[in-house]
Amino acid sequence: MTREYETVIGLEVHVELAARTKIFCGCSTAFGGSPNSHTCPVCTGMPGALPVLNRQVLDYAVAVGLATHCEVEEYCRFDRKNYFYPDNPQNYQISQLYLPVCREGYVDVEVPEGGRRIRIHEIHMEEDAGKLIHCEDGRHTLVDYNRSGVPLIEIVTEPDMGNAQEVIAFLENLRLLIQYLGASDCKLQEGSLRVDVNLSVREAGTAAPGIRTEMKNLNSFHAISRAIASERERQIALLEGGGKVVLETRRWDDGAGCSHAMRSKEEVRDYRYFPDPDLPPVRIDRAYLEQIRAQAPEFPTEKRIRYRQEYGIPDYDIRIITDSKRMADLFEAATAICGQPKKVSNWLMGETLRLLRERNMDAQDICVSPGHLAALIGLVDKRVITGSVAKEVYEVMFESDVDPVEYVEEKGLKTVGDGELLGRAAREAMAANPRSVADYRGGKEKALGFLVGQVMKALGGKADPVGVAELLRELLRRDETGA
Amino acid sequence: MGRRALQRRGECALCGKEVTMADRITDDMIDYIATLAKLELTGDEKRQAAGDMEKMLDYIDVLGELDTEGTEPSFHIFPVENVFREDEVTGGDGREETLRNAPCAENHMFVVPRTVD
Repeated sequence: MTREYETVIGLEVHVELAARTKIFCGCSTAFGGSPNSHTCPVCTGMPGALPVLNRQVLDYAVAVGLATHCEVEEYCRFDRKNYFYPDNPQNYQISQLYLPVCREGYVDVEVPEGGRRIRIHEIHMEEDAGKLIHCEDGRHTLVDYNRSGVPLIEIVTEPDMGNAQEVIAFLENLRLLIQYLGASDCKLQEGSLRVDVNLSVREAGTAAPGIRTEMKNLNSFHAISRAIASERERQIALLEGGGKVVLETRRWDDGAGCSHAMRSKEEVRDYRYFPDPDLPPVRIDRAYLEQIRAQAPEFPTEKRIRYRQEYGIPDYDIRIITDSKRMADLFEAATAICGQPKKVSNWLMGETLRLLRERNMDAQDICVSPGHLAALIGLVDKRVITGSVAKEVYEVMFESDVDPVEYVEEKGLKTVGDGELLGRAAREAMAANPRSVADYRGGKEKALGFLVGQVMKALGGKADPVGVAELLRELLRRDETGA
Repeated sequence: MGRRALQRRGECALCGKEVTMADRITDDMIDYIATLAKLELTGDEKRQAAGDMEKMLDYIDVLGELDTEGTEPSFHIFPVENVFREDEVTGGDGREETLRNAPCAENHMFVVPRTVD
């Protein structure tokens, strides 16, 4: 008889905060600076350098804690986590072990089986490490300390997830909350959201958890799902074969679809944590908490309720729009200008999603400004341009946020409204396609569509197809009577 | 608890079990600590390190003579809380100064022995 196994998953989620400067010094956190240009004695661990906490980092950490229903601690402190590795020039990472800033929160998620509450064990603030680049010669590694000291929060969940679906649902909700707060852009590919998956299996029905492994290097939701399936299988195969799971850190190789052991996992005491004497403790009072609470934005769940009442757009649209802070902002601002929620939504659900998919882009990176989108809708409404021309213009706006009014003017894209020109094109199309003319007059309404297409083609798409159809109908009727 | 008692019995830094003084720094412990510190030690060096660590533990044990009953642990010597800086870039390009500490640099980065196996 084959045994059944349950999977038990907990996560450690590192989030790079959107602060302009590092957590303990005034160096820039801007991405892509030339190597080691954003460094100073503090973030390279020079003796005697004095770290000072960036207030914005605390604000973000507390805001994320409140958004995830955590208890924000009245008193928290920083500790040194000691380890030797070239990415860490101090030989210790400043983190929070004994008194983290937030504890005991949760995020509710929806999965096909119903609602689940994923508990958060704690959130702590810490600094990032430098970046290691391995030389092709196979013998050397290069170190860039620009990332050393970049502010992070680490969100540690309880082992409350049982499969990849629950993990992804949790991460999507968490990411959305953090993006709405503006605390991070949370991009897995770029490493501003990093997820380590702690996974163990146990025989169904048994209470004792199995030995867990920690999986690193997961750069997409897809990779997370695959790694979970793979690690579950690996552990079950080990147990079934009479072996034992070893407490270790493993590295996921998405290309190969498997993982490799990196190192046996150090235990907490190996890091010889102790309070950092350079950083005074942080006391959080009620007034500060209220201030952070008051700054909280309207969250997706609240937005969805309001959209339903205010805008009268379909639930499906509401869901997609509110699933990205950028889209929701664009939608609301453009609607406020043009007053046509459904039309704004159509542009987002249609062309915008199509272009995002085509370019494999994240909705956060949409550059179209609300004023320009509203102006484009105005151009179509006033029949200055046709729908198909509007799509062409939108593609350019999507690229570089051009002003559609100026662009249409510049490129001469206005609809041909000149009656004479339209009439000539229509008569030419009729003369060139006697068969279609006869078909239409014989009662085949469809033939009109072909003639409209011919006229549009002759005018380079810059005519209003409804107007063209009306004109053709008129001409076909008149010519029939010999007028 | 007086100093004498602490010297005779102690807690193993690795397994947490109570051990007698003679085994406080075992060979295994030295090997393990060397691994964590990424050090390769010869037999002589290990013996010397074990002796040094014993002395350090004895030194720390002196603190055990103090009666700390009812005293709150203090983590900072100054009664200061909530020292912050604003989120403003104050650092300039520190590359040259930072790289002055690099025994070997390439493409403006520190060169170290390969770190992955």
